[in-house]
Amino acid sequence: MIDVRDLVVSYGAATALDHVTLSVRRGEMVALLGPNGAGKSTLANTLAGLLTPASGTVRIDGRLALIPEGRQVFPDLSVADNLALGGWRSRQRDPSFVYQLLPQLAELSGRRAGVLSGGEQQMVAFGQALMARPDVLVVDELSLGLAPLLTARLAEHLAELNRTHGLTVLLIEQNARLAFELCRRAYVLESARVVAEGECAELADDPRVAGAYLGGAIT
Amino acid sequence: MSAFIGYLLNGLAVGCAIALIASGLVTIYRVTGVVNFAQGTFAVVAGLCTSSLLGLGVPHGVSEVAAVLVAALAGLLTGLAATGKRDTTPLSSLIVTLGVGVLAYAVEIVLWGDQPRSAPGLASSVTIAGARVQTQHLLVIAVTAATFVLLVLFFGRTYLGKALTACASNPFAARVIGIDTRLMGLLAFALGGLLGGIAGVLVTPLRPISFDTDVTLIVNGFAAAVFGALTRPGVALGGALLLGVAETMAAGYGYGSHQLEVALGLMLVVMVVQAGRRSTIHQETV
Repeated sequence: MIDVRDLVVSYGAATALDHVTLSVRRGEMVALLGPNGAGKSTLANTLAGLLTPASGTVRIDGRLALIPEGRQVFPDLSVADNLALGGWRSRQRDPSFVYQLLPQLAELSGRRAGVLSGGEQQMVAFGQALMARPDVLVVDELSLGLAPLLTARLAEHLAELNRTHGLTVLLIEQNARLAFELCRRAYVLESARVVAEGECAELADDPRVAGAYLGGAIT
Repeated sequence: MSAFIGYLLNGLAVGCAIALIASGLVTIYRVTGVVNFAQGTFAVVAGLCTSSLLGLGVPHGVSEVAAVLVAALAGLLTGLAATGKRDTTPLSSLIVTLGVGVLAYAVEIVLWGDQPRSAPGLASSVTIAGARVQTQHLLVIAVTAATFVLLVLFFGRTYLGKALTACASNPFAARVIGIDTRLMGLLAFALGGLLGGIAGVLVTPLRPISFDTDVTLIVNGFAAAVFGALTRPGVALGGALLLGVAETMAAGYGYGSHQLEVALGLMLVVMVVQAGRRSTIHQETV
């Protein structure tokens, strides 16, 4: 689980996260919505330990893995090597369990990650995060720049891992429809602050949230 | 013809030493983004160490290995000075490496004086296709070839080597999966020191080395490394061999005083041609 209290993160004089409080319970799948520049990736990177908070606390039970924004793979290395390196922390170097979950990766294992399509690279980044044997997975913009069909397939894998393995997931998304489909609860981050939180069903009825993230009308 | 073969092998040996310096530069640049201007210093330190150790009666082999290890340590210390402080930009680190090089002059002069020193290598010579070739030249070529094979195996086959490549290829993603990129940078510096050190111990029996020999070494090594855009060790190796051969041929056929200019002029032409060609394919490959 993730427990964030009063978190403040700044880049020099600019405050990227301003007293953010949020929690994700064990086995839960929670969405974090927000426009560009709201501080979503800053939160993801802070959870992953890449940024140091100015104040506040971050508590994570178990091992956390991050799928960062923008299909972050190692383009010069093969898919198999990309996956093996994903196990750097967990000392898990055998990717066969990832191949079982994501069989497409097994077919691509010998290819260089740099020559793969965007969807395939995102799949590699997904597999790489799983290699860390995480208890908690933070997914930063799963759908960004991907074809809807690919996004749906990855989302399906994510939901399955949550169901069958009890993986705790924080899904950071701009695509609110996808987020609401997958998660029961959500937070909305705007200009470094949490401006709304609650059950997805309720949030979808909130005119501000609907207007900003669901293109106005909800049917 | 026999003179040509002699010059060719001599030139290849010189090129091999340049290639080792260049590969050190490339290794460090790829992992840390820092152009290490202290790279020539590692070779000088190793060369001077071997000369001293052999002078003290330490046997061959032990002296050379010890000197290479000292150079690796020098690499590690340079890395600590240049990148040890968090968030140092590669440009600041570059200036620090220049500073380390200058500081090393002082240390080397205190320890070894300012006169060139040599070390005995393989004294014998062999005849190849009518040309008399010093065995030391062949040793340089063989050791360099073996070193490059080991480097290829290290980066291509080992987990640690792949982690280093990962840092070079996408430092952010490397940090995300938990690789300590600063530690990897220090490892790259130590490896750079090791490679520079190997160049130093190989060259010292051929050309006496003094505290300021690093300038010639770094100019040549840098030219070869830039030939491979500072990131491709294989191309840098080719550039270094070409440079070594061109230099030696220039000297051999009577342009001895313009040795460096001839070689660097040639390198400039190759680089301009290559840059013109690469711009069209660069986006596809990177």
